[in-house]
Amino acid sequence: MTGTIPDVASPRAKRSQAMRGGINTELYAWLFMRVSGVILIVLIFGHLFVNLMVGDGVAAIDFAFVAGKWSEPFWQVWDLLMLWLAMIHGTNGVRTIINDYAERDVTRIVLKALLYVALVVTVVMGTLVIFTFDPCPVGSPADLLPSFCSA
Amino acid sequence: MASAPTVPPTSAPPPPPRSSGRGSKKGLGTLYRGTEGMWSWVLHRVTGMLLFLFLLVHVLDTALVRVSPEVYNEVIGTYKTPIMGLGEVGLVAAVLFHAFNGIRIILVDFTAKGPRYQRVMLWVVVGLTVVALAGFLPRHLSNVFGGH
Repeated sequence: MTGTIPDVASPRAKRSQAMRGGINTELYAWLFMRVSGVILIVLIFGHLFVNLMVGDGVAAIDFAFVAGKWSEPFWQVWDLLMLWLAMIHGTNGVRTIINDYAERDVTRIVLKALLYVALVVTVVMGTLVIFTFDPCPVGSPADLLPSFCSA
Repeated sequence: MASAPTVPPTSAPPPPPRSSGRGSKKGLGTLYRGTEGMWSWVLHRVTGMLLFLFLLVHVLDTALVRVSPEVYNEVIGTYKTPIMGLGEVGLVAAVLFHAFNGIRIILVDFTAKGPRYQRVMLWVVVGLTVVALAGFLPRHLSNVFGGH
């Protein structure tokens, strides 16, 4: 027995499509979770502070409160960013969970299809709401509207 | 126990093979399974799933501002009831843990010393969650139960 190393099969996995080149979507998904996560901490902590801590908190939230916030572009952009980042971040998280637990191909495909439909519907609807919102709808009682409507 | 993998002394017999997925007994656990690393991962998943489901509902209820002020006020009024008020405590707790543990994950992934301190950092995460929740609770509970 000399020091010859026997012919051992390579323990390495075959290089996947992603590793061989092209766009490594899993790498970018992984990176996105971290980058969006940090931004979401700022956005969601700010959202929770303004809506639940300042003033009367949850007790003060009504149509006039939302209308007051969305009359300012600052909160429109804030909420738009929060909507998009949180939905994509959450969708990618649930995609990972589905991939982990749904072992049958059909189950996995169906669940992910439902997930992506929910993503598109929620993001499109939320975006439309933020930008087509009318803080002073005609015919609504003035006491339900923000004070600037009657000015 | 240090967070570095513990190598059994060479004189000792190898640990018996672990037949099932149960957690560690008598310190035979792996570095990850059944220890803080696993439970923080479980909690991150559970809170993440919960937050995603709430997010779908929350975008829907907010979208009601496009229907009418009356309908929106009616639905958002349910958020001010005692039961939902307590639910919001759970929600905020989930947000806090997920956020702080997310930072811990980033530090483990991107810093050289992260993996060595992952266990300490988990207890920092738990501590920060408790402290932030303690700051939120009195305020929120008085808003929910304070007779507005």
